[in-house]
Amino acid sequence: MDFALTDEQRLLQHSVERLLADHYAFEARRRYMHEPRGWSLGLWKFYAELGILGLPFVEQYGGAGGGPVETMIVMEEIGRALVLEPYLATVILGGGLIRLGGSEKMRVAVLPKVAAGELSLAFAHTERQARYNLADVAASARRDGSGYRLDGIKSLVIHGDSAEKFIVSARLAGERNDRDGLGLFLVDADAQGVSVRGYPTVDGLRAAEVTLASVRVDDGAVIGEPGATFPLIERIADEAMAALCAEAVGAMAAMHAITVDYMKTRKQFGVAIGSFQVLQHRAAEMLIALEQARSMAMLATMMAASDDAGERRAAISAAKVQIGRSGRSLGQAAIQIHGGIGMTMEAKIGHYFKRVTMIDTQFGDADHHLGLLAASGAPIAA
Amino acid sequence: MDLRFTPEENTFRAEVRAFMRERLPPAIRAKVVEGRHLVKEDLVTWQRILNARGWAVPHWPQQWGGTGWGPVELYLFRDEMQQAQAPEPLPFGTSMVGPVIIAFGNDAQKKRFLPRIANLDDWWCQGFSEPGAGSDLASLKTSAKRADGHYIVNGQKTWTTLAQYADWIFCLVRTDPAAKKQEAISFLLIDMKTPGITVRPIQTIDGGHEVNEVFFDDVKVPAENLIGQENKGWDYAKFLLGNERSGIARVGISKARIRRLKELAALEQSGGKPLIADERFRAKIAAVEVELKALEMTQLRVVAAAAAERGGNGNRPDPASSILKIKGSEIQQAITELLLEVVGPYALPDQIPHDQSERWNEPPIGPDWAGPLAPGYFNARKISIYGGSNEIQKNIIAKAILGL
Repeated sequence: MDFALTDEQRLLQHSVERLLADHYAFEARRRYMHEPRGWSLGLWKFYAELGILGLPFVEQYGGAGGGPVETMIVMEEIGRALVLEPYLATVILGGGLIRLGGSEKMRVAVLPKVAAGELSLAFAHTERQARYNLADVAASARRDGSGYRLDGIKSLVIHGDSAEKFIVSARLAGERNDRDGLGLFLVDADAQGVSVRGYPTVDGLRAAEVTLASVRVDDGAVIGEPGATFPLIERIADEAMAALCAEAVGAMAAMHAITVDYMKTRKQFGVAIGSFQVLQHRAAEMLIALEQARSMAMLATMMAASDDAGERRAAISAAKVQIGRSGRSLGQAAIQIHGGIGMTMEAKIGHYFKRVTMIDTQFGDADHHLGLLAASGAPIAA
Repeated sequence: MDLRFTPEENTFRAEVRAFMRERLPPAIRAKVVEGRHLVKEDLVTWQRILNARGWAVPHWPQQWGGTGWGPVELYLFRDEMQQAQAPEPLPFGTSMVGPVIIAFGNDAQKKRFLPRIANLDDWWCQGFSEPGAGSDLASLKTSAKRADGHYIVNGQKTWTTLAQYADWIFCLVRTDPAAKKQEAISFLLIDMKTPGITVRPIQTIDGGHEVNEVFFDDVKVPAENLIGQENKGWDYAKFLLGNERSGIARVGISKARIRRLKELAALEQSGGKPLIADERFRAKIAAVEVELKALEMTQLRVVAAAAAERGGNGNRPDPASSILKIKGSEIQQAITELLLEVVGPYALPDQIPHDQSERWNEPPIGPDWAGPLAPGYFNARKISIYGGSNEIQKNIIAKAILGL
């Protein structure tokens, strides 16, 4: 049992932290947001040079062979700096699906480009009716000669408006909520029949609605075993949730530090507001929420790659519950302690608050995951 | 980062588990499981079983009966003992005055007291709090005046847990009326049989008798019973209170209580089906389990950090222990709330003996496990009050961790 980072992991943490500290000042972030993609292509190249875009891929695909702990380290820094770039969409989700389920040919063709910062990806999975049910897929895939034709509407595709390729889930067989019968396909964003409507998200990122109208893909576009890809979808959702938990912890740690700092400088009644016990106690409660969340993000990280799906999913759900609840209470306290200034777009604190709030809504919020845990009846803290 | 314990640690855990299974007397275990009162004899019996195995005071130096275990082994030992539903060893000797004597006492005191603490030959109680000195402990007033190789002690202590059984009391007393609050305090060991000591019971809201008032009226205490230096007692008290919090998360106990909660919720019917099948009730249990899992991970982080420190034994006071105290107490209390909800309307009958010498021999009203659950809920309110209230813990976090 060991919670320490290795020297190499600390070096990675330090490098990412420095790069982001140099390039992610509050004003710079606002500029990136107004770039055509809604994020900085220039920084994306820096990430490639640092080696973090190929972090989870093995060396033969241009990667660094990192595991869940390395991903946690990067995601925590991403959270701390409120990064806009499509790391989750491209490296964790898109890259992860190809890493785990792509053919050798596809891996060779796609992953080195991702690692080099030349290709961005998005996972077009969620649909309007699905809410948090990963198996609720109505988009269809029909056999068409030596390929497939895809039809359907994908919603809330994170960073879908700047992705050059989508990984699309579609149903080959079965009813809407069946876990069996799903396929995954790699689709070019400019393929015939694909239309993309991009929009900003409330936390400053980008997403898209993606419509597929009789989109033709060949057999080489298949990821995983057609009709039996649900375990892969679940696995990648678990990895994404572990990554999001780490991002949330980074953002919460920043919120807590900024708030405590503000308490030491902001004066009212002639003294720093941090001298008031009622605010001290709120800050202490924020720390407890943060540390409990950090503990569970670590648990999620260490369980993310487990092949025991039941154990893995229980740990990830428990982490998602804790992160959702901690994020909400810590974020609300941070805004409250800042007072009026916390309500303004000019203060960074509110932007963290929005990001952490939106992380809860991805892949199932705290209440959803609590429901899953309650229904399974498995002991969580056995 | 790695969650797994080493093969050696797993072997150790298995050894502790087997010991608990074989040696914990079933009658004592049953009382802990059901939440019934333990009597003095139960605690003495269990402490002597541990002592015979060499595990009575594992956290002490080996010279005085400690095991030499590191923080991970100590954690595993406590976790297994708690999950086995063994009585918690009485902390007043082994975790409070014992470590103070080891750290600050003289050789004669060590030889005289430590072996008797390990074997529970002497039952110790704690004389810190006073009617006017609770969270503001340094405002205590009990005085000790030096005269002819003795101290003459006058004053009153309160909330003295299990003083009705005690052979000895360790006290904070004021030895220099002229000095500032914290500087005038000394740490004195007092034989409870000394003339002038009166113990008066305090009945708590659960109907139990755990705590007492202790009065000192011209009590003559030999000067050799002073620990360390006169007027340095506040430093020793801070050391003691830091130790007190290190085992406070009680994750193992909470795990065992959740298992009990699920068993009882399966026995109780609600709307024609077992309460455990009720979705809302399951969600409540799951919510506590998530909190407990997070606390367990937080505790493991603290244990691992202590283990990484060369020579650390995991008992060094750490402000992080305030986090463990706050969350640990909240979770223990939340579980007693759920147990209260499981028993439902049969929380109502008052059917446990209020004096520990009495036996309840009447047929049960409602389920035979109902009696202790409402009192257990009432009693558990103390957990966020004792050992430095949760509000004091938040003050410590604000000051020591956040620099506010």
